[in-house]
Parts: sequence; C-alpha cells; structure tokens
Amino acid sequence: MIIAEGKPIKDILVMIETYDKIIVAGCKGCVTVCSTGGEKEVGILSSALRLARQTRGKPLEIKEITLERQCDTEYLEPLREVAGDFPAVLSLACGAGIQFLAEKFRKHPILPGVDTQFIGVTEEQGVWTERCQACGNCVLDRTGGICPVARCSKSLFNGPCGGSKEGKCEIDSKVDCGWQLIYDRLKELGQLEKLEIIMPVKDWSTSRDGGPRKRVREDLKI
Amino acid sequence: MENFEPIIIAFCCHFCAYTAADLAGTMRLQYPSNVRIIRIPCTGKVDVRHLLQAFEKGADGAYVAGCLEGDCHYLKGNFRAKKRVALAKRILEDTGIGADRLEMFNMSAAMGPKFAEVAREMTERIRKLGPSPIKKFAKHTAHVAQHREGQTAEGPTPKV
Repeated sequence: MIIAEGKPIKDILVMIETYDKIIVAGCKGCVTVCSTGGEKEVGILSSALRLARQTRGKPLEIKEITLERQCDTEYLEPLREVAGDFPAVLSLACGAGIQFLAEKFRKHPILPGVDTQFIGVTEEQGVWTERCQACGNCVLDRTGGICPVARCSKSLFNGPCGGSKEGKCEIDSKVDCGWQLIYDRLKELGQLEKLEIIMPVKDWSTSRDGGPRKRVREDLKI
Repeated sequence: MENFEPIIIAFCCHFCAYTAADLAGTMRLQYPSNVRIIRIPCTGKVDVRHLLQAFEKGADGAYVAGCLEGDCHYLKGNFRAKKRVALAKRILEDTGIGADRLEMFNMSAAMGPKFAEVAREMTERIRKLGPSPIKKFAKHTAHVAQHREGQTAEGPTPKV
C-alpha cells in the first residue's frame, strides 16, 4: 500500500492560516492502514488544530469526514454534499487522492495534510517499509521476489556493490543490502543459477522517468 | 489569577488507580476536588483523541493513572498508554497548550496515599501553570458544542 506520514502541525497551521473553517478529509484506504489519515487520525489532527487556533484567539471550525477512498470518483460524493459550506479542504489521503480532489472540486483549494512517501508493507504493527518503486517492468521472478530497484540503494541489477558489509548497506547499517537478501532467498529456493542471467541495462522509460503514466483497459471502458 | 481552581481530568484504570482512589477515600485521605476521575477498564483503552478532547472541553490539566509497569491486569495496556501519553504531550506542545499539562502515573491498588499525592501534585502543577491557553480568548464550550453537534451552544463556563 501507499505509505504516508503526517505533516508537522506547524506546517499545516501555516497552510490554513487564512481560513476560519475547513474540511479535514481522511481516507479509509492506504492511509488508514499506515495510521496516517484514517478516521482516528482525522479526529486527532482536527482536535490539535482546533486547540492550536484557540490558543491564538482565531477559532477554527472543522468538518471531519473520512471517505472510502479519494482516488475514485464515486467515493467523492459524500464530500460533495458538504463541500459547499467550506472554503477549503485539508486532505489526509495520499498524493493521488489529494490531486483527484483538486481535479473534482474546482472551487476548493485542496491542501495536503500528509507527505506521501512510498509503496510498502507492514513489517509489524507501527513499522512500514518500502518494497516497490513502480518501475513498470517487474523482475521479481529473477531475484527471488526481492526487488533490486527498491531494496538496493543504488538500484543495481547484477549483484551487490563493494559497500555491502555483513548483509548491510553502506548508506546505513540498519538497512539490509538488497542483493544479500536476493542471494539468500535464491539460495533458499535452490535457484542460485538465476544469478548467472545477466540483466541488461534497464529501460527506465516504463518508470516515472518516461513521464506520467497511464494504463487503459479498453474492454472495461463504457 | 489568585482564585484559579484548575479542572483536571484523571483517566484511572479500574484495577489499580481507581481502586487506589477508592482506598484513599476509605482511608479518609484528603485530596483536591479539582480532580475529576474517569474510570476506564485499562489505561490501554485511553486514546490520544480522548486526551486532546479533555483539553478541548475545558480541562486545564489531565493525567492517566494505571497499574505499575509489569503489573497491568491486561499485561501491556499501561505500556500502550505510556506511548500514547508521550505522543499526546508532543501534540500539546506543538499546539501551544503545553506538554506539562498532561502526565502518566503508575500505582498499585494498595497505594491510596500515592493516589492522593498525585492528585495534589498535579493540582499544584496546573495551578502554577495557570488556566489552559484556550481560555484566554473565547468561550471554549461554544466551539466544542459547535463542532460536535453542528450548532452553536452556549454552555456554562467553568469557574476559572
């Protein structure tokens, strides 16, 4: 899922300074799972913003709403019902959701309440780590299910660099060396011969490097 | 303010802190009436939202009182509470309310005097800090009612 982290309250207060009422819109998708923008976090942030503004003598009225998702048009309807009364929306969804709101609610500035970070997984409760860079050309079959783009700091494709030390990356001793993980996994699977396949220079045009991407399924279009 | 009487909310776990409060009563120990006790099954039930709402509703201070570490009836509830209180303190500091207005305490059910001592300590601490900063400007109860019910309500303002 997409992992995001809440922006510091100080930064949010600057963004909403000129408003005396706003909507705080959460999302029940990824940001709920990573405890950044779900119903609970909407409640906590709204309380914090109200308190902060009250201490400054500039009360803030907040409408709290949490949508199913902010990346599908149909799920935006509950927000449309209440948006008219408020001049701006602070969205706690990922960057995709925030931008979609901006496209669909033309009269409202949509403000980001979170910083969207990466595609990742829940390693344990309260800990989320990056797994995928959405490069658009998956090689996980050749690397034992471990991504050399996302988990190698240099995104190397044919083995570790000289900085790999005791299974850790040279950039940070707490970061695993992606290629150590790949080697160990292929050994576990009995597929070490896959390491002998030389992967050519990666064509990054399928990744973000090729420009904003689009996927279409003609059979699904109405 | 010379005659400022703080309002303090104490979230007390049923098994230890609330029982300690009960014991303080049975022992006829005196502690300030500023402390309003909310009984909860375990301090692990307290969420950051509840702590912030206490201040939104006009509390000048708040504390969470649970079992001694390692002795939580539900094993780790008080450890969860400790982390949530720490997060809430950071939020209160960032919002200008002040981290000192919130605290976590641990005690056993037998520690009636400790309960009274904590109640006295927090009351004095909050009295020195003064009324919650939100009371400086506006009638806070009006705003709380407004966001909860969707209408403006004039509630009684607690004595400050």
